[in-house]
Amino acid sequence: MIGLSDYLIVAACLFSLGVIGLFLNRRNVITILMCIELILLAVNLNFVAFSHYLNDLAGQIFVFFVLTVAASEVAVGLAILVAFYRTRRSIDVDDINTLQG
Amino acid sequence: MLEAGFFYLFAGLAVLSGAGVVLVRNTMYSVLWLIFCFFNSAGLFFLLDAEFIGIVLILIYVGAVMVLFMFVIMMLEVNREKYKEMSLQYLPAGAMIAIILLIEFIGASASGVFNTETIAAVGHLGKDVNNTVEIGKILYTQYLLGFEIAAIILLVALVGAIVLTLRTRKDAKYQNMTKQVKTRREDRVRKVRLES
Amino acid sequence: MQEVLNTTELLAIPALPLIAALIVGLFGWALKETLSHTITTASVIASAALSIHVFTQVLDGSSYYGNFWEWMISGSFKVPVGMMIDQLTAIMMITVTIVSACVHIYTIGYMHGDPGYSRFFAYISGFTFSMLVLVMGNNFFTLFFGWEAVGLVSYLLIGFWFKRESANFASLKAFIVNRVGDFGFAVGILAIWYYFGTIDYREVFDHVETFVAQGHMLSFMGWQMDAITFICLALFVGAMGKSGQVPLHVWLPDSMEGPTPISALIHAATMVTAGVFMVARCSPMFEFSETALAAVTLVGAITAWMCATIGLVQNDIKRVIAYSTCSQLGYMFVACGVSAYSVGIFHLMTHAYFKALLFLAAGSVIHAVMAEQDIRKMGQLRKYMPVTYITMLIAALALSGIPPFAGYWSKDLIIEAAAVTEMGWIGQFAYFAVLSGVFMTAFYTFRMFFLTFHNSDRVPEEIKPHVHESPWVITLPLCILAVGALAAGYWGANVLHMPGVGNEVQGFFGTSIFVLEVHDPLLRLEEMEHAGSIGLMIEFGPLMLALSGIGLAVLMYLRKTSMPKSLAKAAGPLYTFLLNKWYWDELYAKVFMRPAQCLGNWLWQKADLAMIDRGILHGMIVDSVASGALRFRAMQTGMVYHYAYVMVIGVFGLLTWLLLKA
Repeated sequence: MIGLSDYLIVAACLFSLGVIGLFLNRRNVITILMCIELILLAVNLNFVAFSHYLNDLAGQIFVFFVLTVAASEVAVGLAILVAFYRTRRSIDVDDINTLQG
Repeated sequence: MLEAGFFYLFAGLAVLSGAGVVLVRNTMYSVLWLIFCFFNSAGLFFLLDAEFIGIVLILIYVGAVMVLFMFVIMMLEVNREKYKEMSLQYLPAGAMIAIILLIEFIGASASGVFNTETIAAVGHLGKDVNNTVEIGKILYTQYLLGFEIAAIILLVALVGAIVLTLRTRKDAKYQNMTKQVKTRREDRVRKVRLES
Repeated sequence: MQEVLNTTELLAIPALPLIAALIVGLFGWALKETLSHTITTASVIASAALSIHVFTQVLDGSSYYGNFWEWMISGSFKVPVGMMIDQLTAIMMITVTIVSACVHIYTIGYMHGDPGYSRFFAYISGFTFSMLVLVMGNNFFTLFFGWEAVGLVSYLLIGFWFKRESANFASLKAFIVNRVGDFGFAVGILAIWYYFGTIDYREVFDHVETFVAQGHMLSFMGWQMDAITFICLALFVGAMGKSGQVPLHVWLPDSMEGPTPISALIHAATMVTAGVFMVARCSPMFEFSETALAAVTLVGAITAWMCATIGLVQNDIKRVIAYSTCSQLGYMFVACGVSAYSVGIFHLMTHAYFKALLFLAAGSVIHAVMAEQDIRKMGQLRKYMPVTYITMLIAALALSGIPPFAGYWSKDLIIEAAAVTEMGWIGQFAYFAVLSGVFMTAFYTFRMFFLTFHNSDRVPEEIKPHVHESPWVITLPLCILAVGALAAGYWGANVLHMPGVGNEVQGFFGTSIFVLEVHDPLLRLEEMEHAGSIGLMIEFGPLMLALSGIGLAVLMYLRKTSMPKSLAKAAGPLYTFLLNKWYWDELYAKVFMRPAQCLGNWLWQKADLAMIDRGILHGMIVDSVASGALRFRAMQTGMVYHYAYVMVIGVFGLLTWLLLKA
């Protein structure tokens, strides 16, 4: 019988993979965005698992909201990326450092 | 038994494709791995009786968001950029943190707090209960405000993305509606007296 | 006929001017001149009509007492908003509203074309509201509210022409000097609350007798005092500030910087008399404190005499009248001090009419000679402005105390009351002061009058073509007030029996004023009259002195016009002393302003600039923040993954903490 903790472990694996990806990938911002998607997916999986095991639909509603926010985040993030690429001709993470103090 | 089999299948593939997202060099392959990961997660959602969310995940994420990713990657020609070697400088620290996190998560998950003994496992609701209908019932009543706010957030993101990427080129011809509407006769017609 | 007055009607009396003031004040920028003055003037006239109606009802014996709502509650300190209408209030109400209505009409002509036209109307309507609250309230807090509100409006109006530097200084001076008085007033009210546990007039006055019998003492730093004396003196300090009594009189003459209608309404007829009203209202308390009464008499007498001497030599037409106001207020306080409160209020009423008239007529003159206020540059104006001339003559006669004009009835009574009082040397001094004051009053009034309307024609040639009689909106209020100045005295004394004697002959005031029988000078006068032991000096002395004062003015300014100059030369230092107003301003400048300025300078340079700015701010805070920021700034690498890294560490830390806690 598959229990709640099994789902949580899968989510934990996905989350950790996302975190590793954040550190490992120095190539470009797009990969970072994808890693964030991975982390959010892990969170969503947790939500749905809890929702099922607690028999409460609120968790799924929350997943819905998380999806909304993630979608807008990607849209705006990619738009920023495009605008950035136009000025710098690069989307390298190391080049995004104008905020340096 | 069948359910357990499917769980291990989807879970294994999801984790595997997640690793693929992180480890492959080509960004385009990363995206494809992520898509695969989403499919498998959707499978897990189905196992959890969350059909609506599973479908939405596929439709929105795979159908829209990931396509947007691919579109941007192609547009920016990211892959033509010279590959930087995957820097291993931060690997020890990052991997350590991530692994400790993983251990902690798994420890917490398997600690018995979330065991089926403490939380009564709910059986499958069966085909009598329509997950989509149930979500709709509370989404449009109890969570109406949140729903509306989500809609507004999407609208703002939409407008924001347009504003960020829009650029006017000097050599292109545009139609300025406001200017056209505001035009007065004096701007266009000049009365001249001609000597006969 | 004992009846309770109509609440709605009573509420409407102060509410109408308030609403008008709010409308015109807030939306004046959008209103036309005509609309501004129509709204405010109509509301004040309506208010005056209602006041007269209330007054007639009060004459029939009606009264009102009630609370409307609780303004604030703090522990046992309750501040209700309510009204108490009795004879004293009613006479104040008609005086305030009628003079205010006249001034409103007058202002239409006087301020015509001024850029602050609607603002001015908003102010004077607001003033009328505040003054009505002051007189109609039923507890000390509403009194205080009205007191401060009229002070505020007075400040705003003195500085009405805010582009003039002198007006700004004068308004500041008025406000600051009043602050000194109001501090005493506030202390008095708090002391009342401390000792009586209430600030309601009725409850306080009912308990005064038992309170005095208990013999409460107040000791402060080894210095003992009757609690009731302390309360009365503190309240009287407030009255001194508001009513321009020595040594807080310095602001009143300077307040003439404001437009003339204001001088008439606020700084002559109504606001400055608030102090007298308050003392009369608190008569149940003052009666039980001999010391306080003596102080009131002394201060009043000094003011009456001193301001009259200053008035003798001033050359500014408004300043002469201003000092005369100070002096007449001194008379009212003398009346209150010798326990003839009813006479004081009677004089307050008659004074309101003839002094407002005097000011408005002076304003009419100033208007005619293009804002010139120096009487040395006027003369022979009677040929140009007959209505102003006649009304001003009536006002001058009333002020000098010539029968049958208003001033005679009330002032004569004050002097008689001062004559028969049994206060020892203070009483004698007061009698001397008011008696010699009569002579001086008559002299300076007619000096000003003759220099303005008779004497030689000294109006500058370039102004002469402009000199003309004022329009009807200016002369109409003059005529209305002239009727008041003519008839108010006779009407008050013979029709209303205004200064009713003691508790035997119930005069107009009835129970609204409380006088101990042993103090009552009117009772004593009555007895003396019966016994036929009143001296000729007391009966006819004041009139003779007034006539001789006028006679001297006739001699000096109509017959031998060279006399004033030679007299000034002969008097020499005395003349300069009077011309410089006894050097009060210079004294205050030396004693208070200079040290305060030095202290302020020192605090600014040493404490603020050197210590706080350079020492603490730049020395410690700014520098440490700057150097700290230099170091902390390195944290902001601008690298996206650094931020992500920190976030992950945060999640990691949080999770570890949760696990360890579990």
